Amino acid sequence: MSIRFFTREAFRSISRNAVPSFAALASVLVTLLVLGVFIPIVQATTGAANDVRGQVIVNVYMKSDATAADAQRVRTQLTAIDGVKSVQYVSKGTSYAQERRKNPAAYDLLGSNPLPDTLRVTPKNPDNALALVSAIQPQTPGGGRTTIDPSIDSVGSSKDNTDKILTATRVVKLTTGLLAALLIIASVLLISNTIRLSVFSRRREIQVMKLVGATDGFIRWPFVLEAVILGALGAILAILLLGVMKVALVDPLVNDFALLSAPSTISFGLLVAVLLAAGIAVSAIGSAISMRRFLQV
Amino acid sequence: MAATEKELRLRDSQLAQRKDAAAASERPGDPANAIECRGVTKRYDSSKAGLSGTTFTIRRGEFVFLVGPTGSGKSTLMRLLIKELEPDQGRILVAGRDLGDLTHKQLPFYRRNLGVVFQDFKLLPDRTVYENVAYALQVTGSSRADIREKVPDILRLTGLATKLHHYPDQLSGGEQQRVSIARAFVNAPPLLLADEPTGNLDPETSIGIMQLLYRINRTGTTVLVATHDSAMVDRMRRRVLELAEGVIVRDELDGQYAPTDMSTAEFGALLREPSPEPQRVAKKPDAGDDFDEAFRD
Repeated sequence: MSIRFFTREAFRSISRNAVPSFAALASVLVTLLVLGVFIPIVQATTGAANDVRGQVIVNVYMKSDATAADAQRVRTQLTAIDGVKSVQYVSKGTSYAQERRKNPAAYDLLGSNPLPDTLRVTPKNPDNALALVSAIQPQTPGGGRTTIDPSIDSVGSSKDNTDKILTATRVVKLTTGLLAALLIIASVLLISNTIRLSVFSRRREIQVMKLVGATDGFIRWPFVLEAVILGALGAILAILLLGVMKVALVDPLVNDFALLSAPSTISFGLLVAVLLAAGIAVSAIGSAISMRRFLQV
Repeated sequence: MAATEKELRLRDSQLAQRKDAAAASERPGDPANAIECRGVTKRYDSSKAGLSGTTFTIRRGEFVFLVGPTGSGKSTLMRLLIKELEPDQGRILVAGRDLGDLTHKQLPFYRRNLGVVFQDFKLLPDRTVYENVAYALQVTGSSRADIREKVPDILRLTGLATKLHHYPDQLSGGEQQRVSIARAFVNAPPLLLADEPTGNLDPETSIGIMQLLYRINRTGTTVLVATHDSAMVDRMRRRVLELAEGVIVRDELDGQYAPTDMSTAEFGALLREPSPEPQRVAKKPDAGDDFDEAFRD
């Protein structure tokens, strides 16, 4: 039978079953609206957490008598260590100039430059920062610590701070991830349950169709098409509302809040596509699955 | 030793009987028989209601009543015939084809050759009279022109020409049953099954429905009507199968039939006459339960 027939059937049953249809549409609309707000929030939060984690570095301080050649040698050694992303050399003079700019009065009092040459080691994975510290300062058999090069004075292992940053960002990422997963599960359940209810309220109709000799496909397609139409309508309404919210609320604030302008958030076009696809797919699959039971007779 | 010999002979004869029965159930179906039931048994878990070893044959073009009190297995037989249920034992052949051989895929096509009428009409509530009847044709992939030609015809035949665009809830019970008969007959099926078609209707309306079924039978369609209204059945003087607790207790002989070339009006008049005495195959002893005993002098 033709698609035209199925479409006509689908639209007829939407208009004749206005209340269940509206319920299905509303559940798609509401859940996608919440998802549409929540997905960028999760991404911005995760992005911010990653930014913070990206700032975890290991400072390797050279002895005050170390030469530029020493620094170069140590740098090569550090770069060779597994898990090191990059090593940046900051000379005494550069450090002094930087610090002095922050606090000129204090550095004027000092008179001379007390700062050592520094190598800033960025780990590939922030979680490995502490392991990296141990790699640069291997343990001696006696229990103390030595360094991989005699010209290294100490390693800036602000263990507490690194730990705090890593734990805090991990908790933030986990929480938002978990919330997102729960929200997606809740949305799928809500939409598919509403669709199930509307199929269930018409199980007698399905039975009658079977009795007059309708094939499973002939019964199923109008129902699935109906769910697709409702899912798409709900998604489009949700997207329109999200668009209004974006233009009215988010866009004016982008320049003032770093979180909103985080480059890692999903583009609006992709978000629209994801929501539309999700709305349609969940309703259609929910409808096809809940019909299966009634088609068995 | 004589006893042993006797036992052996008994066992031989039992074996022979069983072989006969097996041969009978494997006999190929005769397409001249509209319905053939061979030792059909169906039991439900909780109660006795069902069929036990029912065997009968209905020839093409017959008008047969199936009577019996509630729980005697009438509806079970009907549901077996539309293959909503599967028999536990035995075979059911419709037009020479074994229903047990039908796959789930073939089932809709089998049902298209079957007109089915129920006590509760089973109309699609969100469709008009016209659309309800048209649905049975749409299911078979009929063209629009075909539908536009056949549906008004059949609705005129059933006396519903003025109610085309009414919805089922705007019709009386008798009218709804006419719609359901029109839907059952619009495909011109060779077999029409009616399960308590007059169960919800008053006597005069019931006669109208029976007349309609008779008219359909006169076109050559085999009609099987299950009913508990045995008074009307006895007046109609057609073949009667009576079920009691899943066993056939009455199968009235051909000689008892009224002439088959009656007009519908004559048939209606027959229905309004007083009924002759039914002839049961084996009269069951009038058991009379404790309740009856209590009222006996």
